[in-house]
Amino acid sequence: MNEPAPAQSAPARPRPTYADHPDHAPVSIHDMTVAYHRRPVLWDIDYVAPEGRLIGIVGPNGAGKSTLIRACLGLVPLASGSVRFYGRPYRRQRRAVGYVPQRESVDWDFPATALDVVTMGRYGRLPWCLPPRRRDREFARHCLDQLGMADFAQRQISRLSGGQQQRVFLARALAQEARVYFMDEPFAGVDAATESAIIELLRALRAQGRTALIVHHDLQSAPEYFDEIMLLNLRIIAAGPTREVFTPVNLQKTYGGRLTILEQAAEAVARGGSP
Amino acid sequence: MTTGTASRSPIFSASFGRRFAAVAVAIALAAGPSAAADAPRPLAPRSIMDTSVTWPSAAELIRGLTLRDYNTRVVVLGTTVLGAAAGVVGTFAYLRRRALVGDALAHATLPGVAAVFLIWGTRNLPALLAGAALTGVLGVLAMVALRHVPRIKEDAAIGIVLSVFFGAGMALFSIVQQQRTGREAGLANFIYGKAAALVQQDLSLISAAALLGIAGIALFYKEFRLVCFDPQFAAAAGWPVPAIDLLLMALVVLITVVALQAVGLILIVALLIIPAAAARFWTDRLAVMLALAGLFGALAGWTGATISALAPRLPTGAVIVLCAGILFGLSLLGAPQRGVVAALLRRVSLRRRVALQHLLRALAEQEERAGDGAALPWTDLLRARAWSAAALRRLLRRAQRAGLVPPRLAREGAGQIGVVRLTAAGRVQARRVLRNHRLWELFLIRQAHIAPSHVHRDADEIEHVLSPAIIAELERALAARDAIPRSPHANGAAP
Repeated sequence: MNEPAPAQSAPARPRPTYADHPDHAPVSIHDMTVAYHRRPVLWDIDYVAPEGRLIGIVGPNGAGKSTLIRACLGLVPLASGSVRFYGRPYRRQRRAVGYVPQRESVDWDFPATALDVVTMGRYGRLPWCLPPRRRDREFARHCLDQLGMADFAQRQISRLSGGQQQRVFLARALAQEARVYFMDEPFAGVDAATESAIIELLRALRAQGRTALIVHHDLQSAPEYFDEIMLLNLRIIAAGPTREVFTPVNLQKTYGGRLTILEQAAEAVARGGSP
Repeated sequence: MTTGTASRSPIFSASFGRRFAAVAVAIALAAGPSAAADAPRPLAPRSIMDTSVTWPSAAELIRGLTLRDYNTRVVVLGTTVLGAAAGVVGTFAYLRRRALVGDALAHATLPGVAAVFLIWGTRNLPALLAGAALTGVLGVLAMVALRHVPRIKEDAAIGIVLSVFFGAGMALFSIVQQQRTGREAGLANFIYGKAAALVQQDLSLISAAALLGIAGIALFYKEFRLVCFDPQFAAAAGWPVPAIDLLLMALVVLITVVALQAVGLILIVALLIIPAAAARFWTDRLAVMLALAGLFGALAGWTGATISALAPRLPTGAVIVLCAGILFGLSLLGAPQRGVVAALLRRVSLRRRVALQHLLRALAEQEERAGDGAALPWTDLLRARAWSAAALRRLLRRAQRAGLVPPRLAREGAGQIGVVRLTAAGRVQARRVLRNHRLWELFLIRQAHIAPSHVHRDADEIEHVLSPAIIAELERALAARDAIPRSPHANGAAP
């Protein structure tokens, strides 16, 4: 993993050189290592995301899935490596990038309505000190509507269900009008209606040529939802089109001893239709 | 230090500050406080340690309440404006969970005050407050720095900064006291606060700082709100979260420093946090919460200073904080949505509705078994639920008042046991309750894939909050329009 790869050799996975952050790639990660208190939590991540795809980031607990997203967005410092968005560093591409944090990361008892929160997605386009304009609020309302939440615009956020809160977060990301989205477990603990609303939204985004990288926990639904999958466990085990990557061998490598019989069974059921 | 120059600059001139203060508290003063001609006796305590309380005479009471007395007017206006600004600025500190940081930075102002006095021997107020602000900011920066040290969590960082800075301040302070130049007497006021010592210049300073603080909140409203709600999202969207946090803390330092004299560094945190916490009970809107917190702070400052002017031996800072505490207590208990009393009432009302529905369902199921008009012995009802005899009696009385069961229990059988049966009106309602219960059970079995033996309990827990809209939906889904569905589990007759 660590030896310098000579240009002639054919590595299992194409590794971009440092200068090679392709302009067309929504996200390109080169040689990323992240450490917390000197303990590495992500090793040698190299990845070029294809445009207009739904990309699942899958791996066991503590595999560094959230850290990968947070490192891409500059929320945790990199020990080494670089990340580019359409070939440019993040600080020059912020408007192209949208973010859906984990739902539990905020206090939902904050005094705000659903519309207030979604309008925050527009703040990045406003200069300092200026309040959101009428058309920002109109756009935010439109985003809420796209997630079937129009009736809840004025609802205090603490009085929304977990799934509705998740949809508010997605509407806020939508309001960012980004080209590439990072979503941290958007499907965690949501009801069936929210799950289908989210997947519908994701497919609509894909149809518009936008890209989404989505941290996902559920092995059963992963191959159904995502075009591409990155199997992650401190390093990338495999990444690429779902059909090539989502194999029992790769899953075994990703989850190691931690792949429970239950997950194996679920995986078997999921693959049952198409061996 | 801005506050130092405020009284000299043409914009924040003394008269401007005075006028703003008057406007801010909406007290109609015919003219700005002029000379102290109508102030025969200042209502100031001789010493903070003098604890004897004298009750005011009627004349003093009226003079105090109507702000006739010049000194009282300055003090009351000063604390009112201060309370308003502290409430507004404190709201964001509260929402950002910086209450303890505010406390630590207030304690960190002491070494600045003592050091300025020691080095320059000055009692010049702007100089002392500049020193206070300097070490206050240093304290904040120290906390920020400590938080980045591995294995030091936020609470530890706060505790370390608070105690070390305050300890340094106390050490310097004891040196000051040993000098016995006679000029150090006023310094203790910075610790405990002595609003009665406020003079015109202080009022101008407080008003200018309050104006600046509230203007800062108004200007950066969007940024503060974003960072308070979701700092991660803010950082990802490119906002410099640490800088915005520091800006907020700078506003807190500003208010803290001018509040030192009036309230004292020990109690300032109360004025920052309590109005905001009280306001949270009354509203879910941030803008309303800010206004309410300002109002509560002003109210606490005004009543506290007035009370302390009338009973001059009571320390003003403590009285102001107590007034804020009373406002908080009233909010905690009496607020319509989030208040404790309202929540209690809601719970009691839900429990009563649930109990009544259980009673009706038991009777409806009895009729299902034994035909219309069938009665259920009182003892069976006692067994059916974990009701005490007294609770069942109260429940039956409520059912009787609602006309759901006959006004008097019939006595039947060998033991002449009281039996309960439904009235015609009760039957209609009981059947509806039973039907909703069965619909919900069916839904749980068919849609949520729960084993039939588990369904009864789950249905019990949730059916009482079903709205008509949900029931209509269930009916449609399960296509059971009129009839009461049969009980899905074997012992359907059991209550």
